[in-house]
Amino acid sequence: MDTLTLSRLQFAVTAAFHFIFVPLTLGLSILIAYMESRYVRTNDEMYLKMAKFWGKLFLINFALGIVTGITMEFQFGMNWAEYSKYVGDIFGAPLAIEATVAFFLESTFIGLWIFGWNKVSKKVHALSIWLVAIATNLSALWILLANGWMQKPVGYVLRNNRAEMVDFSALLTNIYGWLKFGHTLLSGYVLAAFFVMGVSAYHLLKKNRADFFKRSFRIAAVFGLAASIMVIVIGTFHAERVALTQPTKFAAMESVWDTQKGAAYNLLVIPDTENERNAVEALGIPKFLSLLAYHDGNAEVKGLKEFPKEERPPVVPVFFSFRIMAALGFLFVLLSLMATVMSGKDNLEDSRWFLKLMLFAIPLPYLATQLGWLVAELGRQPWIVYGLLKTSDAVSKAISVPQVVASLTGFTLLYGTLVAVDIYLLTTYARKGPDDDLSAILKVSKNQEV
Amino acid sequence: MEFQIIWFILWGTLWAVYFMVDGFDFGVGILHSFIGKTEGEKKTIIRTIGPVWDGNEVWLVTAGGATFAAFPATYALMFSYLYSALLLILFALIVRGVGLEFREKVENAGWKRGCDIAIFAGSLLPALLFGVAFGNIFQGIPMDANGYHGNLLRLLNPYGLLTGILFVLLFIVHGALWLSVKTNGDLSRRASSVAGKSWYALLVVAVLFLIYTAFATNLYANYLENPVWFVVPVTAVLALLGIKLFALKGGYLGSFYASCLTVLTVIFTGVTGLYPNLIPSSLDKNYSLTIFNSSSSPYTLKIMTVVALIFVPIVISYQIWVYRIFRQKLTVDEVLKEGGSY
Ligand code: HDD
Ligand code: HEM
Ligand code: HEM
Repeated sequence: MDTLTLSRLQFAVTAAFHFIFVPLTLGLSILIAYMESRYVRTNDEMYLKMAKFWGKLFLINFALGIVTGITMEFQFGMNWAEYSKYVGDIFGAPLAIEATVAFFLESTFIGLWIFGWNKVSKKVHALSIWLVAIATNLSALWILLANGWMQKPVGYVLRNNRAEMVDFSALLTNIYGWLKFGHTLLSGYVLAAFFVMGVSAYHLLKKNRADFFKRSFRIAAVFGLAASIMVIVIGTFHAERVALTQPTKFAAMESVWDTQKGAAYNLLVIPDTENERNAVEALGIPKFLSLLAYHDGNAEVKGLKEFPKEERPPVVPVFFSFRIMAALGFLFVLLSLMATVMSGKDNLEDSRWFLKLMLFAIPLPYLATQLGWLVAELGRQPWIVYGLLKTSDAVSKAISVPQVVASLTGFTLLYGTLVAVDIYLLTTYARKGPDDDLSAILKVSKNQEV
Repeated sequence: MEFQIIWFILWGTLWAVYFMVDGFDFGVGILHSFIGKTEGEKKTIIRTIGPVWDGNEVWLVTAGGATFAAFPATYALMFSYLYSALLLILFALIVRGVGLEFREKVENAGWKRGCDIAIFAGSLLPALLFGVAFGNIFQGIPMDANGYHGNLLRLLNPYGLLTGILFVLLFIVHGALWLSVKTNGDLSRRASSVAGKSWYALLVVAVLFLIYTAFATNLYANYLENPVWFVVPVTAVLALLGIKLFALKGGYLGSFYASCLTVLTVIFTGVTGLYPNLIPSSLDKNYSLTIFNSSSSPYTLKIMTVVALIFVPIVISYQIWVYRIFRQKLTVDEVLKEGGSY
């Protein structure tokens, strides 16, 4: 293998691992902030216990999000030096802004939140978790505007052998980036909601602290229902945008080989890359694909054959990833709708089959988010910046195969261990259930109120 | 002033502040198992940096991001040329972070021991390697039209290693002073004594470094050309002496501030000498990466300047505010009682 393949693999591994932790941080921070605000407003200690219990799980996950994030910041220079030189003028800015406006905020106030129970008032304490939640979501905005630029480069000219920024506002208002932001945030909310529902379901199945977990479940169900509907809505707009800006990706997502007007949407498709056709194509809904992509049942959808072979992304993984993600999207709506309805009833803990279902659903949003990134990143190939720079021209020249083999092996082993530790700690603390002893954190804050 | 120069100053400042704040985290991480005798003491020592280490590390992330945004060619070449060294730093920082965050999560002696090793190695290695990397940058890196001609072993040349040791000692003194300020009683006295003793080693290495620098690097050229700049290294030396003076009078807080100033001015000494280079070439001056030939366009630099001028002061204010909230000294009893919080 050459440094290019190895570097791609390494980026995929490190980004995918980072993104195991990211979506839970995005969603759970908001849920916890909501719980703590409820406590401040109602003085009901149940909400405080909720913030503490879910907060513990949050922190385990958050720590790993941070340590895997540092790698990401440096990898562009290490493995993608040609890329960094070529687009750094424009791509470096959102990355630096992300660190300045978001990472400082989240990392400083998470410290205050963890250790500040006895040091600041209830309100300031709740404010600090809100700042963490806002900052993590803000960090997603900047990194996704950066990634959005790679998908749809805007606001630049080619000058001095590189892409130079000429219009910062074009970068800020890049619709592609905003769609990514909306879709990715909401997918994080879905994931966090299913996480909270699944863990709650576990305790309800054991008839452990039903009051506590029913209330947690309820909050997550409503949040999850709203998020999973919105993720599909934004996902649909997102797909339209892909059709407009990256026809090769869109054709691969839907496995369309021949350019056609009034294209049908086939529910059952099995691509056959070798012969540039679909081995199976059935259950078609006439004109629906054209309608989805261009709001016009008769519009023309470009097929893969329209493009030279070396400009097409790998069809099979992109196609199946997209299908499965979308199918999961509908499943999430169904499940969270049921959850919302059931959690309104008093005997939630008696619906054992449903609780089991929700427990086993925890991994599904993780799968969907990973597949989503595969669609976005693999579907963009062979381009690293769509239409502007090929991935093969982006890799560092100074690195050698043994170096990257060593780093890839190192990352895989290290991150593999981290995920094992993560799962071990999360299950241990999730099983333990909430802590009833609030004395350590309440003693001073009560005094302060006097 | 040209934007490149503003960004050169900001670039140096970001690194300097990073080493000032994460420097004592490194020191604490290196020392915790030696100064802390009991489990409670170790826990207390680590607890002193618990609320702040992550916010400190973000100065590194920002320094990296700022290098990318302002000097993309330097970001690209520096990180790909120093690939293996940087990789080791990354692994070490990951391991340190996990050790710090997860140490108290499992009540098991083996686990704690593992985390202690992770914290120790994850603090020592970056302290050393950052020093080695900067030592090599001060010296110049073997690069020309055909790219890079070095490797990891060549980075470990005598001057690089000396700079590495300088960094390690600097952070040990810095971290020990932090501990002496942040803890009480016996623990605090032990930390002060470590700081006092390591200070002599630091002094010797610093003097060696200043002398060796004259032979191994071109850093003094800027100073000879423009002697006013000597104020920077002179401040560094005075600050270094200040550490001892305050300590002798028992003013460890003053001593700690002096060591903050020492770290800042040591970095500034190097950076001032580098100007206008970011990374000089040791083979051919024409292939040095300067702030002019590796910078972003004026447009990008202007935008980034606005962002930095607005947000960096805000960041500094709230970080100081949080430091003040946690300004109390910690006692072992208190930390053990706190157990329940996280
Ligand atoms: C959609 C969201 C998202 C995406 C696509 C990425 N990240 Fe991330 N990142 C986050 C959302 C996030 C976060 C939610 O804000 C994290 C995760 C956990 C945390 O502590 O913050 C984070 C942490 C995090 C950190 C640690 C910050 C600290 O020390 O506090 C760094 C340096 C990065 N990220 C850098 C990157 C880079 C360079 C990426 C692209 C290649 C990237 N992240 C993709
Ligand atoms: C964190 C979520 C992300 C995941 C899970 C992810 C996933 C992937 C995957 C699977 C690949 C490999 C594609 C291949 O080469 O076969 C890849 C490549 C890449 N992605 Fe992403 N990505 C993420 C975020 C980002 C972001 C935010 C950026 C830019 C800011 C980005 C930039 C790149 C680059 C530069 C490559 C390497 C070149 C390439 O192979 O395309 N990725 N990513
Ligand atoms: C019917 C439902 C859905 C549709 C139509 C849809 C659409 C899309 C499209 C078109 C992309 C690729 C964007 C690009 O190439 O840049 C994408 C990416 C992605 N999807 Fe979905 N999606 C759906 C459901 C979901 C669900 C349920 C999740 C997770 C809970 C999810 C998570 C993601 C993620 C994380 C990405 C990568 C980031 C991005 O490109 O925005 N999606 N989705």
